[in-house]
Amino acid sequence: MFRRALLTEVYKMGNDSFGIVSIISVFIGAVAVIQFGSQLQGSLVPMTILGRIVRDANILEFSPTITALVMAGKIGSNIASEIGTMKVSEQIDALEIMGLNSANYVGLPKILAALFAIPALVTYSMFLSNLGGGISCFFTQIVSVDVYVAGLRETFDGFYVTHALTKAVTSAFLISSISAYHGYQTQGGALEVGSASTKAVVQSCIAIIFFDYILTQLMLYK
Amino acid sequence: MIEIGSIVKEFNGKKVLDRISAKFEPGKCSFVIGASGGGKSVLMKCMVGLLTPESGSISFDKRDFLKLDYQAKKDLRQEIGMLFQGGALFDSLSVEDNVAFPLQMFTQKSAAEIQERVNFCLQRVRLENVNKLFPSNISGGMKKRVGIARAIALNPKYLFCDEPNSGLDPITSRVIDELILEITEEYNITTIINSHDIKSVFDMGDHIVFIYQGKALWEGNKSLLGKSDCKELNEFINASKFNN
Repeated sequence: MFRRALLTEVYKMGNDSFGIVSIISVFIGAVAVIQFGSQLQGSLVPMTILGRIVRDANILEFSPTITALVMAGKIGSNIASEIGTMKVSEQIDALEIMGLNSANYVGLPKILAALFAIPALVTYSMFLSNLGGGISCFFTQIVSVDVYVAGLRETFDGFYVTHALTKAVTSAFLISSISAYHGYQTQGGALEVGSASTKAVVQSCIAIIFFDYILTQLMLYK
Repeated sequence: MIEIGSIVKEFNGKKVLDRISAKFEPGKCSFVIGASGGGKSVLMKCMVGLLTPESGSISFDKRDFLKLDYQAKKDLRQEIGMLFQGGALFDSLSVEDNVAFPLQMFTQKSAAEIQERVNFCLQRVRLENVNKLFPSNISGGMKKRVGIARAIALNPKYLFCDEPNSGLDPITSRVIDELILEITEEYNITTIINSHDIKSVFDMGDHIVFIYQGKALWEGNKSLLGKSDCKELNEFINASKFNN
């Protein structure tokens, strides 16, 4: 039963978010190329640097943080409203009366599922955002696609991926646990479910940004 | 048998239940009646363990619920079935999965045995061809019947019903009342019903406790209900549209 609930949640979180993550990631990469490219225009640095800057910005910041913020809006509000609705419609009480630990049955699969799904989506986003940069180069010719790809391949530090995934796992835990907490605290009716959902998203976003800063400080400055 | 002794429950210093005591016997439909906000739901939540009273005792066949450890409470809860006001069916599960849920969680039965028991429980509440439907696709009365089927799936010794007739038309109310009565007598269950529905109380009330402002003001049965000299109870009965 628990395994089935976990797999359902992973599928729901992952599969249902592919579209939004794909669109956002491609555009992040595309916009990054144009912005960094405009600042490098006329400079004496080799233009392969554009690929490096866009790659590192995507991997270190854009993909893990923006994907997490989008997931806070999508998954966070979903978790808070789902658990909140279960609370106000007495479904949580029904579980408790049966002798089940409702937090374990309802909350834990969502938290574990987020720990799998969000890092997977962030990894997917890293790939797509760099691809988006390539697409942007193809259409704008700020640099040729070959030069951009050469830049992507230059001096790659694998630790950046570790850093990004650490942020992704942390964000996943923050989003799912904060949202589950607010869902559980819901009392009343539809209005309170909406309010819990809003609080979950706002607090998740603040926590993501805060831990983004802390983790960047801890992991990148040795 | 369920015995409660001097239950006191407070919220923010305000007494919602004030030394309520009663005995509820097996095979009988016991009613807790009273106006909204009188403390009926709080009393039921205390009895099933969703709220913890400040003082008093709640005993299920001599087992003091408030003094049991976590595991013993968990075991005891599997002997309790509860029908909620809105059904409290799990939205993400189909009707048959809702009924199968306690069987899957607490028994070692095979899938075929669970299916057999689910079909039996659904037939018992006179529901057929709804197994694959979801709670959002069925009516309020059907939700209540599925709720009863889920509550009896594990053969409970104690059945709690919170406002089983609320929001239902008179005919469906009657069907639900008959079902609860039949199940109570057939399986010798200790059934406690919170209700506003005076007609149900007059029809089925083997034992009735009237609660007013957190106090148990009157206790008796359906034959004594109309002859009470309790002013608050008589006002409550007269205020309902039922004409005895």
